[in-house]
Amino acid sequence: MTRPPWEGIARLAGRRALFAVPVVLVVTFGVFAIAAASPFDPVRAYAGTAALGADQETLDRLRENLGVDRPFAVRWWEWLTSALGGDLGHSSVMRQPVAQVIGERLVWSSLLCAVAFAVAVLVGTSLGVLAARRPGSWLDRTVTSLAYSLEAAPVFWVALLAVWFFALQLDALPAGGLTDTASREVTAGQVARHLVLPAGVLAVSQLPWFTLYVRQGVGDALAEDPVRGARARGLSERTVLLGHALRSGLLPVLTLIGSRVPELITGALLVETVFSWPGIAAATVEAATAVDFPLLAALTTLATAAVLTGNLLADLLYGLFDPRVSLSDM
Amino acid sequence: MTCDSRTPGTTTVAEASVPTGWRSHGTNRRSTRTLRVRTSAALVTVTVLAVLLVPPLVQLDQQAVDLSAKLLPPSWAHPFGTDDVGRDLLLRCVYGLRVSLLVGVAAALTATVVGTAVGAAAGALGGWADRAIMRIVDTVASVPHLLLGIFIVAMFRPGVWPVVVSVALTHWLSTARIVRAEVLSLRSRPYIDAAVSGGASRWRVTVRHLLPGVLPQAALAAVLMVPHAMWHESALSFLGLGLPTHMASLGNLVQDARGSLLAGQWWPTLFPGLFIIVPTLAVAGLAGAWRERINPRRRSELML
Repeated sequence: MTRPPWEGIARLAGRRALFAVPVVLVVTFGVFAIAAASPFDPVRAYAGTAALGADQETLDRLRENLGVDRPFAVRWWEWLTSALGGDLGHSSVMRQPVAQVIGERLVWSSLLCAVAFAVAVLVGTSLGVLAARRPGSWLDRTVTSLAYSLEAAPVFWVALLAVWFFALQLDALPAGGLTDTASREVTAGQVARHLVLPAGVLAVSQLPWFTLYVRQGVGDALAEDPVRGARARGLSERTVLLGHALRSGLLPVLTLIGSRVPELITGALLVETVFSWPGIAAATVEAATAVDFPLLAALTTLATAAVLTGNLLADLLYGLFDPRVSLSDM
Repeated sequence: MTCDSRTPGTTTVAEASVPTGWRSHGTNRRSTRTLRVRTSAALVTVTVLAVLLVPPLVQLDQQAVDLSAKLLPPSWAHPFGTDDVGRDLLLRCVYGLRVSLLVGVAAALTATVVGTAVGAAAGALGGWADRAIMRIVDTVASVPHLLLGIFIVAMFRPGVWPVVVSVALTHWLSTARIVRAEVLSLRSRPYIDAAVSGGASRWRVTVRHLLPGVLPQAALAAVLMVPHAMWHESALSFLGLGLPTHMASLGNLVQDARGSLLAGQWWPTLFPGLFIIVPTLAVAGLAGAWRERINPRRRSELML
């Protein structure tokens, strides 16, 4: 009767992927539709300053060559078919093929987000448990009010203040970039030193949410019967807290972790820009400032795919860790 | 600001884990709650009054440049200090808050109207129309909000209306979901059955009987959306994709201050950020108290 879990995982993943494909298609279509409705002119964007002195005939010929005189649905279809073949177009602001921009920068964004997320989960869980232990204590009050204030604080503002304090006042950490300015090559030590501030700020921006949810979950679990039973059996406070309350209190948080991808992307967009971190989020902002449509379209699609993957992950974790739910029911 | 009283369930936790003195905790909690509501109300009032009254009443020019007084640290003459061309930062922040708040309110109103219309349509039509509409909502929700906002502003060029539209277009989703759920729960009420059996058309039932029922929820969502919309607007402005610099919002102020920050002057950065945090916390505090009041038993959720 009991089937191996990976079978359920594979089924669920397959079914969700089937639902995700139309969503991504609709999003790319929407991206092209918005671009078609906007005053954005691909010809002028392509020609740059050369378009200012060019005569109408040249512009028309360019328009025909680029194929922008056709309806946007046709251009969307062509973009889609060539994207499936690996050709995402050419980025004018990076002066590189879009696929190459993503390939070079994705690793740095992934590193930043992974480190920040891990720190946020670990620190958030610890703070949440500490706060939930004694509700209403000064520790609980400090942690919750700090968490609410940080949740309300703009990420870029926290980032700038961190630069001012850690890089300028203490002179302890570099203010931005991936490596030292004088250095030609990328070494692990330099990257690690340059990673501390951006990852720390990104973690701080994700921290309040984890802390407050863990606090709520553990606090609720502490009032439930299993915990009361464990206390009655004379188990140590540590076992009760970590073995019973945290286990059931962390469950709702764990299942929501995957759905934090949009907030992580939002944070990365701002943090990477402030710290000149060479990731794809900073590239998105540069592409938007320079109206680099091919890059922007590809990165929007990529972000949507990341969000959908996160949602799938949330469902999988939910099915795997909650014994009351079986994957085949979802 | 203590926010522990947002979780009504914790009284029992205190009872279980702290066997002594929880009763005094109970009275403390009540007084903290009152204090929190009063502080929040006072802060919201001060914010609204400052934004409405300072520009017409105070005859000071926020753009007044005084190069002899540039980058002064906070003092009695300039409580928040001055920026790199000697403009008073307190005045700049009040004007910036005014711009941010106007954009936030405009975006929240637009988003609420769109969200209520879509959510009510989905809930009232039901069936395949409901499924199709909610599928669209899910699709739009799968693009990160700030990214969608950046994309729209980039395509339509930065300006007031693109920013309002882009913030509104990314914020109507939650309202649509709330309104749809509320309409679905109202649909099974007897008074709706009475209206339907009395021969009222679908349109009349929706507009006359369902919408008034969902308005309180939609209004609460709209109020909570304003700080969120302000946050988005300031992020866009900070990235250089928001409001033009002559309409400096709080985000523009932080962006302008980057140069001074790197030279070591912290005040042009610090104060505009505080002007975003304080109203956000105050609105969240009021909304939390309001929710506890109308539904004290409901497990409260995070509402920033």
